[in-house]
Amino acid sequence: MPIIKQKDYKTWKKFDRKRDLQNWLCWFLGTLIFSFCFGLISSKTIWFYVFDSHNEALDLLGRMFPPETNYFLTLIKPIWDTLNIATIGTTIGTLIAIPLAFLSANNTTPSKKFLRPLALFCIVSSRSINSVIWALLLVAVVGPGVLAGIIAIGLRSIGFCGKLLYEAIEEIDENQIEAIEATGANKAQIMTFGIVPQILPAFTSISIYRWDINIREATIVGLVGAGGIGIELDAQIGDLAWAKVSVILLAIVVAVVFSEWITAKIRRFIL
Amino acid sequence: MNDKKVIWKRKPLIKNRLLRIGLILLISTYLLSVFLTTEIDWQRILEGIPRGKNFIFAFFPPDFITRSDEILAGIFESLWMTIVATIVGILISIPVSLGAAKNIAPKFVYFLSRGVITLSRSFQEVILAIFFVKLMGFGPFAGMVTLSLSTIGFFAKLLSEDIEDINKSQAEAIKSTGSSWFQWVNYGVQPQVMPRFIGLSLYRLDINFRESAVIGIVGGGGIGSTLNTAFDRYEFETAAAVLIVIISIVMIVEYTSSHLRKLIK
Repeated sequence: MPIIKQKDYKTWKKFDRKRDLQNWLCWFLGTLIFSFCFGLISSKTIWFYVFDSHNEALDLLGRMFPPETNYFLTLIKPIWDTLNIATIGTTIGTLIAIPLAFLSANNTTPSKKFLRPLALFCIVSSRSINSVIWALLLVAVVGPGVLAGIIAIGLRSIGFCGKLLYEAIEEIDENQIEAIEATGANKAQIMTFGIVPQILPAFTSISIYRWDINIREATIVGLVGAGGIGIELDAQIGDLAWAKVSVILLAIVVAVVFSEWITAKIRRFIL
Repeated sequence: MNDKKVIWKRKPLIKNRLLRIGLILLISTYLLSVFLTTEIDWQRILEGIPRGKNFIFAFFPPDFITRSDEILAGIFESLWMTIVATIVGILISIPVSLGAAKNIAPKFVYFLSRGVITLSRSFQEVILAIFFVKLMGFGPFAGMVTLSLSTIGFFAKLLSEDIEDINKSQAEAIKSTGSSWFQWVNYGVQPQVMPRFIGLSLYRLDINFRESAVIGIVGGGGIGSTLNTAFDRYEFETAAAVLIVIISIVMIVEYTSSHLRKLIK
């Protein structure tokens, strides 16, 4: 932080000249990239529709209100399905993630050359495909319905839970394991008494966190036919029944806020 | 002499026995009710297995060449969309996150900003995209607006938590020099949250690219539209190529962004 001498007084500046220039260059390049990208997007946009969108929005809101409240009763089953997709999907995902995490953690993997890269590949590919795309593939294989949603959510959760869990395994305290080893414990005993108690808190919070995310994801896998409230949403948008759509959206908000409240409660209770 | 041995047993996870049994009962009734209420059509699944096999084999070999123009165009569109949406989203998130920090904002602004964040977080990108495509027409602009708005929920929430954790004495030192509110934020708060800010931006860039692959399915432009078109035309070889491209780009982006984040730390 330089102090610059003017003619007869000193002033303070945050950065020296070089840093100032660097900052300026970054901003300049950033603006350039931004305007370039925006130009490309705007060349593909029909601006008439964009500028007209507020009328469209008002029109849509007019059709959405008042919501058809008695429609809510038919939504109870889809909401129940959505909760199940999230819960069972998370359970399956975490159960598969546990062995994968042990295989891919540096300190527990049985073979660094072969199994670890394989397990890491499973984790990364599960993470990079969105659950909607998983659902799109699975609906074709197992047919539309809740099962496709459960498997899609499960497959997507493997990567997330596996990654966080193996990072937790890599950070465990080696001294405790050595202590267990010193009592003459075998491999399985080291696992149950040395490693598992150390990662149990991380495991719980990861699965709760994923469950919270999965509630959100479970609301949309239905858009491609994989069960839950998304099927209703897709059908009602297709019917242009906007008064029913607003009820569905409200239900989704309630479900999400509820899941967030529950996860906060459980986390405070356990951790 | 009684030959009682001292045996050590592991402590149960939950101390209260009643609670333990209660939880097990609760979980099993839940599983049973799920099993009874979900209709799983085993007939359909058995039928689906050979069909699924055909379906999966239809993906091989992935065909990058026939539609290479569309694939390239889709990827570039996704990239522009991601960059613009991330920047716009972050610019909007900054005031929101200042408003959502308890130690900076007055009560009224705090609840307003928290409301904005909750609203933006509760709807998935795909649902938002359906509405923006309806409002603004097909194409990347609707996708960009969707991604920017969903960036707010993520970015403002995490950034505001970081602002709440700042070192108070540094901020107070700036205040005691007689700074205005903007000077206070700029010199007292901003330098403290900057590392987190950059890390979050990179992370969000990564997420936005991944999401841009999905919102194309409902008409939001980008590589998702290419994927959807390939599915609709039953060109599964092309779809496979698109999926492979998406996975590899996501891997590259994720690897670079996590590497950059480590560098900054």
